[in-house]
Amino acid sequence: MPPDTALPFSVHHPLGTTASQIAVINKPMDLVCGTTLPFHSLVFETYGILNKARNNAVLICHALSGDHHAAGIDKDGKVGWWDHYIGPDKAIDTNKYFVICPNNIGSCCGSTGPTATDPETGKPYGKNFPSIQVRDWVESQKYLMDHLKIDCWAAVIGGSLGGMQAMCWSLAYPEKLQHAVVIAAAMKLSAQNIAFNEIARRAIQSDAEFKDGHYLDYQTSPKQGLALARMIGHLTYLSDDALGRKFGRLVNSDGLGTAEKELGEFEVANYLNYQGDKFSQQFDANSYILITKMLDHFDLAQDYNNDPTEAFSQAKCQFLVISFSSDWRFSPLCSRQITDSLIGAGKAVSYIRIESDQGHDAFLLPDTRYQNALGIYLSRAASELEANSL
Amino acid sequence: MSDDIGPIGAWITPKSRLLDLGCGDGDLLRTLIDDYQVQGYGLEIDPDSINQCIRKGLNVIEQDLNGGLENFADKSFDTVLMTQTLQSLRHPHLVLDEMLRVGRRCIVTFPNFGHWQTRVFFALQGRMPVTKQLAYQWYDTPNIHLFTYKDFEALCSERNIRVLRRAFVGSPLLGLNRLFPNLFTKTAVYHLTK
Repeated sequence: MPPDTALPFSVHHPLGTTASQIAVINKPMDLVCGTTLPFHSLVFETYGILNKARNNAVLICHALSGDHHAAGIDKDGKVGWWDHYIGPDKAIDTNKYFVICPNNIGSCCGSTGPTATDPETGKPYGKNFPSIQVRDWVESQKYLMDHLKIDCWAAVIGGSLGGMQAMCWSLAYPEKLQHAVVIAAAMKLSAQNIAFNEIARRAIQSDAEFKDGHYLDYQTSPKQGLALARMIGHLTYLSDDALGRKFGRLVNSDGLGTAEKELGEFEVANYLNYQGDKFSQQFDANSYILITKMLDHFDLAQDYNNDPTEAFSQAKCQFLVISFSSDWRFSPLCSRQITDSLIGAGKAVSYIRIESDQGHDAFLLPDTRYQNALGIYLSRAASELEANSL
Repeated sequence: MSDDIGPIGAWITPKSRLLDLGCGDGDLLRTLIDDYQVQGYGLEIDPDSINQCIRKGLNVIEQDLNGGLENFADKSFDTVLMTQTLQSLRHPHLVLDEMLRVGRRCIVTFPNFGHWQTRVFFALQGRMPVTKQLAYQWYDTPNIHLFTYKDFEALCSERNIRVLRRAFVGSPLLGLNRLFPNLFTKTAVYHLTK
Protein backbone atom coordinates (compact mmCIF):
# COMPACT_ATOMS: atom_id res chain seq x y z
CA MET A 1 0.00 0.00 0.00
CA PRO A 2 2.25 2.92 1.03
CA PRO A 3 5.01 3.52 -1.47
CA ASP A 4 8.55 2.94 -0.36
CA THR A 5 9.07 6.12 1.59
CA ALA A 6 12.33 5.56 3.44
CA LEU A 7 14.45 8.70 3.40
CA PRO A 8 17.87 9.39 4.89
CA PHE A 9 18.05 10.74 8.45
CA SER A 10 19.31 14.09 7.43
CA VAL A 11 16.16 15.04 5.54
CA HIS A 12 14.40 17.86 7.33
CA HIS A 13 10.81 17.20 8.27
CA PRO A 14 8.54 19.76 9.95
CA LEU A 15 7.34 17.16 12.46
CA GLY A 16 10.94 16.30 13.39
CA THR A 17 11.79 12.74 14.34
CA THR A 18 8.66 11.10 15.63
CA ALA A 19 8.76 8.79 18.63
CA SER A 20 6.16 6.23 19.60
CA GLN A 21 4.59 5.89 23.04
CA ILE A 22 2.95 2.93 24.69
CA ALA A 23 -0.29 2.93 26.66
CA VAL A 24 -0.72 -0.12 28.85
CA ILE A 25 -4.42 -0.74 29.43
CA ASN A 26 -4.63 -2.74 32.63
CA LYS A 27 -8.38 -3.17 32.51
CA PRO A 28 -9.80 -6.37 31.05
CA MET A 29 -11.46 -5.87 27.68
CA ASP A 30 -14.37 -8.06 26.56
CA LEU A 31 -14.09 -8.83 22.86
CA VAL A 32 -17.07 -9.35 20.57
CA CYS A 33 -16.07 -13.01 20.15
CA GLY A 34 -16.66 -13.60 23.90
CA THR A 35 -13.01 -13.80 24.96
CA THR A 36 -11.57 -11.30 27.43
CA LEU A 37 -8.16 -9.73 27.02
CA PRO A 38 -6.92 -9.33 30.63
CA PHE A 39 -4.81 -6.35 29.61
CA HIS A 40 -3.41 -4.96 26.41
CA SER A 41 -0.99 -2.37 25.24
CA LEU A 42 -1.30 0.10 22.41
CA VAL A 43 1.64 1.74 20.73
CA PHE A 44 0.84 5.13 19.25
CA GLU A 45 2.30 8.33 17.86
CA THR A 46 1.01 11.86 18.28
CA TYR A 47 1.55 15.01 16.25
CA GLY A 48 0.62 18.57 17.18
CA ILE A 49 -0.43 19.88 20.58
CA LEU A 50 -3.51 19.10 22.65
CA ASN A 51 -5.21 22.42 23.44
CA LYS A 52 -6.35 23.53 26.90
CA ALA A 53 -9.95 22.59 26.24
CA ARG A 54 -8.65 19.13 25.19
CA ASN A 55 -11.11 19.21 22.29
CA ASN A 56 -8.80 19.30 19.26
CA ALA A 57 -7.79 15.63 19.23
CA VAL A 58 -8.11 13.70 15.98
CA LEU A 59 -8.00 9.92 15.87
CA ILE A 60 -6.40 8.38 12.79
CA CYS A 61 -7.50 4.81 12.11
CA HIS A 62 -5.11 2.69 10.08
CA ALA A 63 -6.07 0.08 7.51
CA LEU A 64 -5.17 -3.60 7.08
CA SER A 65 -1.39 -3.34 7.08
CA GLY A 66 -0.98 0.10 8.63
CA ASP A 67 0.70 1.04 11.86
CA HIS A 68 1.03 3.90 14.35
CA HIS A 69 3.67 5.71 12.29
CA ALA A 70 1.32 7.85 10.23
CA ALA A 71 3.40 10.98 9.75
CA GLY A 72 6.86 12.43 10.11
CA ILE A 73 10.11 10.48 10.01
CA ASP A 74 10.86 7.89 12.69
CA LYS A 75 14.26 7.04 14.14
CA ASP A 76 14.87 4.54 11.34
CA GLY A 77 14.33 7.23 8.73
CA LYS A 78 10.97 5.87 7.61
CA VAL A 79 8.32 8.35 6.52
CA GLY A 80 4.81 7.83 7.94
CA TRP A 81 2.19 6.13 5.74
CA TRP A 82 -0.06 9.22 5.63
CA ASP A 83 2.61 11.90 5.71
CA HIS A 84 1.09 13.56 2.63
CA TYR A 85 -1.97 14.39 4.68
CA ILE A 86 -0.80 14.94 8.28
CA GLY A 87 1.49 17.80 9.32
CA PRO A 88 1.69 21.55 9.68
CA ASP A 89 -0.48 23.25 7.01
CA LYS A 90 -1.42 19.90 5.53
CA ALA A 91 -5.02 18.67 5.20
CA ILE A 92 -4.96 17.27 8.74
CA ASP A 93 -3.22 20.34 10.08
CA THR A 94 -1.08 19.73 13.16
CA ASN A 95 -1.04 23.49 13.80
CA LYS A 96 -4.72 23.12 14.64
CA TYR A 97 -5.16 19.53 15.67
CA PHE A 98 -3.60 17.08 18.09
CA VAL A 99 -3.37 13.95 15.95
CA ILE A 100 -3.19 10.47 17.48
CA CYS A 101 -2.55 7.30 15.53
CA PRO A 102 -2.47 4.01 17.42
CA ASN A 103 -1.44 0.62 16.10
CA ASN A 104 -4.46 -1.58 16.71
CA ILE A 105 -4.66 -4.81 18.65
CA GLY A 106 -4.22 -7.99 16.63
CA SER A 107 -1.72 -6.21 14.41
CA CYS A 108 2.00 -6.77 14.72
CA CYS A 109 3.66 -3.37 14.96
CA GLY A 110 3.96 -3.05 18.73
CA SER A 111 0.43 -3.33 20.14
CA THR A 112 -0.89 -6.55 21.65
CA GLY A 113 -1.33 -9.09 18.89
CA PRO A 114 -0.47 -12.63 17.82
CA THR A 115 3.27 -12.04 18.34
CA ALA A 116 2.74 -10.86 21.96
CA THR A 117 3.10 -13.24 24.89
CA ASP A 118 -0.07 -14.97 26.05
CA PRO A 119 -0.11 -14.50 29.86
CA GLU A 120 -1.74 -17.92 30.26
CA THR A 121 0.93 -19.92 28.46
CA GLY A 122 3.95 -17.66 28.62
CA LYS A 123 4.38 -18.25 24.88
CA PRO A 124 3.37 -16.03 21.95
CA TYR A 125 -0.35 -16.09 21.18
CA GLY A 126 0.27 -17.04 17.57
CA LYS A 127 -2.84 -18.42 15.93
CA ASN A 128 -4.55 -18.57 19.35
CA PHE A 129 -4.95 -14.83 19.47
CA PRO A 130 -8.71 -14.27 19.76
CA SER A 131 -10.62 -13.16 16.68
CA ILE A 132 -11.05 -9.42 16.52
CA GLN A 133 -13.78 -7.29 15.01
CA VAL A 134 -13.86 -3.61 14.05
CA ARG A 135 -15.95 -2.93 17.16
CA ASP A 136 -13.06 -4.30 19.27
CA TRP A 137 -10.62 -1.88 17.68
CA VAL A 138 -13.00 0.96 18.48
CA GLU A 139 -13.32 -0.28 22.06
CA SER A 140 -9.58 -0.45 22.46
CA GLN A 141 -9.22 3.05 20.97
CA LYS A 142 -11.82 4.21 23.52
CA TYR A 143 -9.55 2.92 26.29
CA LEU A 144 -6.72 4.94 24.76
CA MET A 145 -9.00 7.99 24.60
CA ASP A 146 -9.76 7.65 28.33
CA HIS A 147 -6.08 7.02 29.07
CA LEU A 148 -5.24 10.33 27.35
CA LYS A 149 -8.12 12.09 29.15
CA ILE A 150 -9.82 13.13 25.93
CA ASP A 151 -13.58 13.46 26.23
CA CYS A 152 -14.54 13.92 22.59
CA TRP A 153 -12.65 13.52 19.30
CA ALA A 154 -12.73 16.55 17.05
CA ALA A 155 -12.67 13.97 14.26
CA VAL A 156 -12.14 10.29 13.63
CA ILE A 157 -10.54 9.78 10.23
CA GLY A 158 -9.66 6.68 8.27
CA GLY A 159 -9.34 5.15 4.83
CA SER A 160 -10.42 1.63 3.83
CA LEU A 161 -10.65 -0.43 7.05
CA GLY A 162 -9.89 2.89 8.79
CA GLY A 163 -13.11 4.33 7.38
CA MET A 164 -15.00 1.36 8.80
CA GLN A 165 -13.62 2.23 12.24
CA ALA A 166 -14.73 5.86 11.81
CA MET A 167 -18.27 4.71 10.96
CA CYS A 168 -18.24 2.22 13.83
CA TRP A 169 -17.22 5.02 16.24
CA SER A 170 -20.22 7.10 15.14
CA LEU A 171 -22.59 4.28 16.12
CA ALA A 172 -20.80 2.90 19.19
CA TYR A 173 -20.03 6.26 20.83
CA PRO A 174 -22.17 8.89 19.10
CA GLU A 175 -21.38 11.55 21.72
CA LYS A 176 -17.64 11.03 21.50
CA LEU A 177 -16.85 12.49 18.09
CA GLN A 178 -17.73 15.67 16.21
CA HIS A 179 -16.78 14.50 12.74
CA ALA A 180 -16.22 11.20 10.97
CA VAL A 181 -14.20 11.20 7.76
CA VAL A 182 -14.83 7.97 5.88
CA ILE A 183 -12.47 7.46 2.93
CA ALA A 184 -12.56 4.65 0.34
CA ALA A 185 -14.60 2.45 2.67
CA ALA A 186 -17.70 0.26 2.55
CA MET A 187 -20.45 -0.75 4.95
CA LYS A 188 -19.60 -4.38 4.22
CA LEU A 189 -17.37 -6.31 1.86
CA SER A 190 -18.63 -7.74 -1.42
CA ALA A 191 -18.31 -11.45 -2.20
CA GLN A 192 -15.44 -10.61 -4.58
CA ASN A 193 -13.63 -8.76 -1.79
CA ILE A 194 -14.03 -11.67 0.59
CA ALA A 195 -12.83 -14.01 -2.16
CA PHE A 196 -9.61 -12.03 -2.65
CA ASN A 197 -8.99 -12.16 1.10
CA GLU A 198 -9.58 -15.91 1.13
CA ILE A 199 -7.04 -16.43 -1.66
CA ALA A 200 -4.54 -14.40 0.37
CA ARG A 201 -5.18 -16.48 3.49
CA ARG A 202 -4.92 -19.71 1.53
CA ALA A 203 -1.58 -18.58 0.14
CA ILE A 204 -0.26 -18.13 3.69
CA GLN A 205 -1.73 -21.38 5.00
CA SER A 206 -0.27 -23.32 2.07
CA ASP A 207 3.27 -22.32 2.99
CA ALA A 208 4.93 -25.36 4.63
CA GLU A 209 6.55 -23.01 7.11
CA PHE A 210 3.16 -21.81 8.34
CA LYS A 211 2.87 -24.91 10.55
CA ASP A 212 -0.86 -24.40 11.09
CA GLY A 213 -0.14 -20.97 12.52
CA HIS A 214 2.43 -22.19 15.09
CA TYR A 215 5.45 -21.04 13.10
CA LEU A 216 6.79 -19.00 16.02
CA ASP A 217 7.04 -22.17 18.12
CA TYR A 218 8.89 -23.93 15.29
CA GLN A 219 10.99 -20.86 14.59
CA THR A 220 9.98 -20.94 10.97
CA SER A 221 8.46 -18.14 8.93
CA PRO A 222 5.83 -18.45 6.14
CA LYS A 223 7.43 -15.68 4.16
CA GLN A 224 6.64 -17.12 0.74
CA GLY A 225 2.95 -17.44 1.56
CA LEU A 226 2.77 -13.98 3.08
CA ALA A 227 4.58 -12.46 0.10
CA LEU A 228 2.12 -14.14 -2.27
CA ALA A 229 -0.82 -12.95 -0.15
CA ARG A 230 0.52 -9.43 -0.29
CA MET A 231 1.09 -9.56 -4.03
CA ILE A 232 -2.55 -10.53 -4.58
CA GLY A 233 -3.76 -7.84 -2.21
CA HIS A 234 -1.45 -5.18 -3.57
CA LEU A 235 -2.53 -5.85 -7.14
CA THR A 236 -6.18 -5.34 -6.21
CA TYR A 237 -5.37 -1.99 -4.63
CA LEU A 238 -4.09 -0.69 -7.97
CA SER A 239 -5.91 0.01 -11.21
CA ASP A 240 -5.15 -1.42 -14.63
CA ASP A 241 -4.52 2.13 -15.90
CA ALA A 242 -2.06 3.02 -13.14
CA LEU A 243 -0.13 -0.23 -13.61
CA GLY A 244 -0.08 0.28 -17.36
CA ARG A 245 1.18 3.81 -17.00
CA LYS A 246 3.85 2.89 -14.47
CA PHE A 247 5.15 -0.34 -16.01
CA GLY A 248 3.38 -1.08 -19.26
CA ARG A 249 5.13 -4.09 -20.80
CA LEU A 250 8.61 -2.95 -19.88
CA VAL A 251 11.05 -5.80 -19.56
CA ASN A 252 14.07 -5.67 -17.29
CA SER A 253 16.94 -7.14 -19.28
CA ASP A 254 19.62 -6.53 -16.63
CA GLY A 255 22.05 -9.39 -16.30
CA LEU A 256 21.12 -11.01 -19.59
CA GLY A 257 24.09 -11.59 -21.84
CA THR A 258 23.59 -10.93 -25.54
CA ALA A 259 24.14 -14.57 -26.34
CA GLU A 260 21.43 -15.67 -23.94
CA LYS A 261 17.97 -16.23 -25.35
CA GLU A 262 16.18 -16.23 -21.99
CA LEU A 263 13.16 -13.99 -21.69
CA GLY A 264 13.55 -11.02 -19.36
CA GLU A 265 11.35 -10.31 -16.36
CA PHE A 266 8.56 -7.81 -16.75
CA GLU A 267 9.00 -4.73 -14.60
CA VAL A 268 5.53 -5.25 -13.17
CA ALA A 269 6.61 -8.71 -12.00
CA ASN A 270 9.74 -7.31 -10.36
CA TYR A 271 7.70 -4.64 -8.67
CA LEU A 272 5.11 -7.05 -7.26
CA ASN A 273 7.77 -9.51 -6.12
CA TYR A 274 9.63 -6.71 -4.39
CA GLN A 275 6.46 -5.50 -2.66
CA GLY A 276 5.60 -9.03 -1.55
CA ASP A 277 9.08 -9.78 -0.22
CA LYS A 278 9.37 -6.48 1.60
CA PHE A 279 6.00 -6.96 3.26
CA SER A 280 6.71 -10.56 4.27
CA GLN A 281 9.74 -9.39 6.24
CA GLN A 282 7.74 -6.79 8.15
CA PHE A 283 4.34 -8.30 8.80
CA ASP A 284 3.10 -11.24 10.81
CA ALA A 285 1.18 -13.95 8.94
CA ASN A 286 -1.30 -14.61 11.78
CA SER A 287 -2.04 -10.87 11.99
CA TYR A 288 -2.70 -10.79 8.27
CA ILE A 289 -5.16 -13.66 8.56
CA LEU A 290 -6.79 -12.15 11.64
CA ILE A 291 -7.28 -8.70 10.12
CA THR A 292 -8.48 -9.89 6.70
CA LYS A 293 -11.11 -11.95 8.53
CA MET A 294 -12.05 -8.86 10.49
CA LEU A 295 -12.59 -7.03 7.20
CA ASP A 296 -14.70 -9.87 5.82
CA HIS A 297 -16.96 -9.92 8.85
CA PHE A 298 -17.50 -6.20 9.13
CA ASP A 299 -21.19 -5.43 8.54
CA LEU A 300 -22.24 -2.02 9.74
CA ALA A 301 -26.00 -2.60 9.63
CA GLN A 302 -26.05 -6.19 10.88
CA ASP A 303 -27.23 -5.23 14.36
CA TYR A 304 -29.78 -2.78 12.98
CA ASN A 305 -32.12 -5.06 11.00
CA ASN A 306 -29.66 -4.87 8.12
CA ASP A 307 -30.90 -1.35 7.54
CA PRO A 308 -28.00 1.13 7.18
CA THR A 309 -30.35 4.09 7.59
CA GLU A 310 -31.54 2.69 10.91
CA ALA A 311 -27.90 2.12 11.88
CA PHE A 312 -26.85 5.67 11.04
CA SER A 313 -29.80 7.17 12.87
CA GLN A 314 -27.70 6.46 16.01
CA ALA A 315 -24.98 8.81 14.80
CA LYS A 316 -24.67 12.39 15.99
CA CYS A 317 -21.52 13.56 14.26
CA GLN A 318 -21.07 15.16 10.86
CA PHE A 319 -19.67 13.06 8.04
CA LEU A 320 -17.37 13.56 5.10
CA VAL A 321 -17.33 10.62 2.68
CA ILE A 322 -14.66 10.36 -0.03
CA SER A 323 -14.28 7.85 -2.86
CA PHE A 324 -11.92 7.40 -5.81
CA SER A 325 -13.11 6.78 -9.36
CA SER A 326 -10.76 3.87 -10.16
CA ASP A 327 -11.06 2.10 -6.78
CA TRP A 328 -12.53 -1.30 -7.52
CA ARG A 329 -11.95 -2.85 -4.06
CA PHE A 330 -14.14 -0.24 -2.33
CA SER A 331 -15.77 1.41 -5.31
CA PRO A 332 -17.46 4.83 -5.37
CA LEU A 333 -20.78 2.96 -5.25
CA CYS A 334 -19.90 1.69 -1.74
CA SER A 335 -19.29 5.28 -0.62
CA ARG A 336 -22.52 6.38 -2.30
CA GLN A 337 -24.43 3.78 -0.30
CA ILE A 338 -22.91 5.16 2.90
CA THR A 339 -23.82 8.70 1.84
CA ASP A 340 -27.37 7.84 0.79
CA SER A 341 -27.98 6.00 4.07
CA LEU A 342 -26.72 9.04 6.00
CA ILE A 343 -29.00 11.35 4.00
CA GLY A 344 -31.88 8.95 4.62
CA ALA A 345 -31.15 9.14 8.34
CA GLY A 346 -31.11 12.95 8.10
CA LYS A 347 -27.45 13.26 9.11
CA ALA A 348 -25.02 15.97 8.10
CA VAL A 349 -22.91 14.58 5.25
CA SER A 350 -20.84 15.72 2.31
CA TYR A 351 -19.62 13.37 -0.38
CA ILE A 352 -16.89 13.81 -2.94
CA ARG A 353 -15.71 11.44 -5.65
CA ILE A 354 -12.11 12.09 -6.60
CA GLU A 355 -11.11 11.42 -10.19
CA SER A 356 -8.00 9.24 -9.92
CA ASP A 357 -6.40 6.35 -11.76
CA GLN A 358 -4.59 5.10 -8.64
CA GLY A 359 -7.19 2.52 -7.55
CA HIS A 360 -7.83 1.86 -3.86
CA ASP A 361 -4.33 3.07 -3.00
CA ALA A 362 -5.37 6.59 -4.04
CA PHE A 363 -6.43 7.30 -0.46
CA LEU A 364 -2.76 7.23 0.60
CA LEU A 365 -1.32 9.18 -2.32
CA PRO A 366 -1.03 12.91 -2.90
CA ASP A 367 -3.88 14.42 -4.93
CA THR A 368 -4.57 18.14 -5.05
CA ARG A 369 -8.35 17.94 -5.03
CA TYR A 370 -8.46 15.33 -2.27
CA GLN A 371 -5.98 17.34 -0.15
CA ASN A 372 -7.90 20.60 -0.69
CA ALA A 373 -11.34 19.21 0.04
CA LEU A 374 -10.24 17.37 3.18
CA GLY A 375 -8.25 20.43 4.29
CA ILE A 376 -11.21 22.78 3.79
CA TYR A 377 -13.54 20.43 5.64
CA LEU A 378 -11.21 20.07 8.62
CA SER A 379 -10.32 23.74 8.64
CA ARG A 380 -14.01 24.59 8.90
CA ALA A 381 -14.35 22.02 11.69
CA ALA A 382 -11.39 23.59 13.52
CA SER A 383 -12.94 27.05 13.36
CA GLU A 384 -16.18 25.60 14.80
CA LEU A 385 -14.10 24.14 17.65
CA GLU A 386 -12.54 27.52 18.34
CA ALA A 387 -15.95 29.18 18.33
CA ASN A 388 -17.23 26.56 20.80
CA SER A 389 -14.21 27.01 23.07
CA LEU A 390 -14.83 30.74 23.50
CA MET B 1 -28.90 34.57 -9.57
CA SER B 2 -29.90 36.38 -6.45
CA ASP B 3 -33.09 37.91 -7.79
CA ASP B 4 -35.03 34.64 -7.62
CA ILE B 5 -34.55 34.02 -3.88
CA GLY B 6 -37.53 36.19 -2.94
CA PRO B 7 -40.47 33.94 -3.86
CA ILE B 8 -38.52 30.76 -3.04
CA GLY B 9 -38.19 31.64 0.63
CA ALA B 10 -41.90 32.19 0.99
CA TRP B 11 -42.67 28.77 -0.51
CA ILE B 12 -40.47 26.81 1.85
CA THR B 13 -41.75 25.40 5.12
CA PRO B 14 -39.34 26.08 7.99
CA LYS B 15 -37.43 23.03 9.29
CA SER B 16 -38.46 20.90 6.30
CA ARG B 17 -36.16 18.62 4.29
CA LEU B 18 -34.77 20.24 1.17
CA LEU B 19 -32.69 18.96 -1.74
CA ASP B 20 -31.04 21.59 -3.93
CA LEU B 21 -30.10 20.24 -7.37
CA GLY B 22 -27.08 21.98 -8.85
CA CYS B 23 -26.51 24.04 -5.71
CA GLY B 24 -23.45 25.86 -7.11
CA ASP B 25 -21.40 27.63 -4.47
CA GLY B 26 -24.20 27.10 -1.95
CA ASP B 27 -25.18 30.72 -1.29
CA LEU B 28 -28.90 30.05 -1.70
CA LEU B 29 -28.76 26.84 0.34
CA ARG B 30 -26.86 28.64 3.12
CA THR B 31 -29.51 31.39 3.16
CA LEU B 32 -32.38 28.88 3.29
CA ILE B 33 -30.71 27.01 6.17
CA ASP B 34 -29.98 30.21 8.10
CA ASP B 35 -33.39 31.81 7.50
CA TYR B 36 -35.69 28.78 7.48
CA GLN B 37 -33.67 26.16 9.43
CA VAL B 38 -34.25 23.64 6.65
CA GLN B 39 -32.37 20.35 6.71
CA GLY B 40 -30.68 20.94 3.39
CA TYR B 41 -28.55 18.90 1.02
CA GLY B 42 -27.06 20.19 -2.21
CA LEU B 43 -26.05 18.21 -5.28
CA GLU B 44 -23.20 19.61 -7.36
CA ILE B 45 -20.54 18.37 -9.78
CA ASP B 46 -18.12 21.25 -10.04
CA PRO B 47 -15.14 20.63 -7.69
CA ASP B 48 -14.58 24.33 -6.95
CA SER B 49 -18.25 24.88 -6.15
CA ILE B 50 -18.20 21.78 -3.94
CA ASN B 51 -15.24 23.20 -2.01
CA GLN B 52 -17.12 26.49 -1.60
CA CYS B 53 -20.05 24.57 -0.13
CA ILE B 54 -17.80 22.62 2.25
CA ARG B 55 -16.23 25.90 3.34
CA LYS B 56 -19.72 27.16 4.19
CA GLY B 57 -20.40 24.07 6.27
CA LEU B 58 -23.08 22.78 3.90
CA ASN B 59 -24.04 19.21 3.13
CA VAL B 60 -22.88 18.88 -0.45
CA ILE B 61 -23.04 15.67 -2.44
CA GLU B 62 -21.08 15.15 -5.64
CA GLN B 63 -23.66 13.87 -8.09
CA ASP B 64 -24.35 14.43 -11.78
CA LEU B 65 -28.03 15.25 -12.31
CA ASN B 66 -27.83 13.76 -15.80
CA GLY B 67 -27.45 10.38 -14.09
CA GLY B 68 -30.87 10.77 -12.45
CA LEU B 69 -31.87 10.67 -8.80
CA GLU B 70 -32.51 6.96 -8.46
CA ASN B 71 -30.48 6.77 -5.23
CA PHE B 72 -33.16 8.88 -3.50
CA ALA B 73 -36.37 7.30 -2.23
CA ASP B 74 -39.87 8.45 -3.26
CA LYS B 75 -41.03 11.54 -1.38
CA SER B 76 -37.88 11.55 0.75
CA PHE B 77 -37.73 15.37 0.64
CA ASP B 78 -40.35 18.01 1.33
CA THR B 79 -38.94 20.25 -1.38
CA VAL B 80 -36.65 19.54 -4.30
CA LEU B 81 -35.24 22.80 -5.60
CA MET B 82 -33.48 23.55 -8.86
CA THR B 83 -32.41 27.06 -9.75
CA GLN B 84 -31.19 28.05 -13.22
CA THR B 85 -30.12 24.52 -14.10
CA LEU B 86 -33.03 22.91 -16.00
CA GLN B 87 -31.90 24.44 -19.31
CA SER B 88 -28.47 22.82 -19.02
CA LEU B 89 -29.62 19.21 -18.51
CA ARG B 90 -29.58 16.58 -21.20
CA HIS B 91 -33.16 15.45 -20.50
CA PRO B 92 -34.90 18.22 -18.54
CA HIS B 93 -38.32 16.55 -18.69
CA LEU B 94 -37.01 13.31 -17.17
CA VAL B 95 -35.19 15.15 -14.39
CA LEU B 96 -38.40 17.06 -13.69
CA ASP B 97 -40.24 13.73 -13.33
CA GLU B 98 -37.53 12.52 -10.95
CA MET B 99 -37.74 15.70 -8.89
CA LEU B 100 -41.47 15.22 -8.49
CA ARG B 101 -40.95 11.61 -7.45
CA VAL B 102 -38.30 12.42 -4.81
CA GLY B 103 -39.91 15.60 -3.49
CA ARG B 104 -43.44 16.25 -2.28
CA ARG B 105 -43.11 19.62 -3.96
CA CYS B 106 -40.61 21.17 -6.32
CA ILE B 107 -39.37 24.63 -6.98
CA VAL B 108 -37.85 25.31 -10.38
CA THR B 109 -36.35 28.51 -11.73
CA PHE B 110 -35.06 29.09 -15.25
CA PRO B 111 -34.13 31.94 -17.58
CA ASN B 112 -37.10 32.93 -19.73
CA PHE B 113 -36.03 32.93 -23.37
CA GLY B 114 -39.12 34.96 -24.23
CA HIS B 115 -37.68 38.12 -22.66
CA TRP B 116 -37.70 41.11 -25.02
CA GLN B 117 -33.92 41.48 -24.93
CA THR B 118 -33.31 38.04 -26.39
CA ARG B 119 -36.08 38.61 -28.94
CA VAL B 120 -34.66 41.95 -30.03
CA PHE B 121 -31.14 40.54 -30.20
CA PHE B 122 -32.28 37.66 -32.39
CA ALA B 123 -34.57 39.80 -34.56
CA LEU B 124 -32.05 42.54 -35.24
CA GLN B 125 -28.82 40.57 -35.41
CA GLY B 126 -30.14 37.26 -36.68
CA ARG B 127 -27.77 35.49 -34.32
CA MET B 128 -28.26 33.47 -31.13
CA PRO B 129 -28.80 35.95 -28.28
CA VAL B 130 -25.92 36.68 -25.94
CA THR B 131 -27.28 38.63 -22.97
CA LYS B 132 -26.22 39.27 -19.39
CA GLN B 133 -28.26 36.27 -18.24
CA LEU B 134 -27.34 34.02 -21.19
CA ALA B 135 -23.75 35.11 -21.48
CA TYR B 136 -22.38 32.35 -23.72
CA GLN B 137 -21.76 31.73 -27.39
CA TRP B 138 -23.87 29.03 -29.02
CA TYR B 139 -20.93 26.61 -29.15
CA ASP B 140 -19.78 26.83 -25.55
CA THR B 141 -23.04 27.45 -23.73
CA PRO B 142 -24.06 25.07 -20.95
CA ASN B 143 -27.64 26.16 -21.68
CA ILE B 144 -28.48 23.52 -24.25
CA HIS B 145 -32.28 23.84 -24.00
CA LEU B 146 -33.69 27.31 -24.39
CA PHE B 147 -37.38 27.80 -23.72
CA THR B 148 -39.94 30.33 -22.56
CA TYR B 149 -42.20 30.03 -19.57
CA LYS B 150 -45.06 29.24 -21.98
CA ASP B 151 -43.12 26.25 -23.29
CA PHE B 152 -42.57 25.16 -19.71
CA GLU B 153 -46.25 25.38 -18.85
CA ALA B 154 -47.11 23.33 -21.94
CA LEU B 155 -44.72 20.64 -20.69
CA CYS B 156 -46.32 20.75 -17.24
CA SER B 157 -49.81 20.19 -18.62
CA GLU B 158 -48.54 17.40 -20.92
CA ARG B 159 -47.01 15.58 -17.94
CA ASN B 160 -49.86 16.31 -15.51
CA ILE B 161 -47.67 18.50 -13.34
CA ARG B 162 -49.67 20.87 -11.16
CA VAL B 163 -48.45 24.43 -10.96
CA LEU B 164 -49.11 25.53 -7.37
CA ARG B 165 -47.61 28.99 -7.75
CA ARG B 166 -45.61 30.95 -10.26
CA ALA B 167 -43.58 34.11 -9.98
CA PHE B 168 -42.00 36.14 -12.74
CA VAL B 169 -38.88 38.05 -11.96
CA GLY B 170 -37.76 40.84 -14.26
CA SER B 171 -37.52 44.59 -14.54
CA PRO B 172 -40.93 46.04 -13.68
CA LEU B 173 -41.42 48.58 -16.47
CA LEU B 174 -44.55 50.67 -15.88
CA GLY B 175 -46.50 47.52 -15.06
CA LEU B 176 -45.78 46.15 -18.54
CA ASN B 177 -44.44 42.96 -16.95
CA ARG B 178 -47.97 42.20 -15.74
CA LEU B 179 -49.48 42.86 -19.16
CA PHE B 180 -46.79 41.01 -21.11
CA PRO B 181 -45.10 38.61 -18.69
CA ASN B 182 -43.30 36.63 -21.38
CA LEU B 183 -41.63 39.79 -22.68
CA PHE B 184 -40.56 41.14 -19.33
CA THR B 185 -39.71 38.03 -17.33
CA LYS B 186 -36.02 37.30 -17.02
CA THR B 187 -36.38 34.47 -14.57
CA ALA B 188 -39.45 32.31 -14.11
CA VAL B 189 -40.02 30.63 -10.73
CA TYR B 190 -42.44 27.72 -10.36
CA HIS B 191 -43.80 25.79 -7.40
CA LEU B 192 -44.89 22.37 -8.60
CA THR B 193 -46.41 19.12 -7.42
CA LYS B 194 -47.87 16.03 -9.01
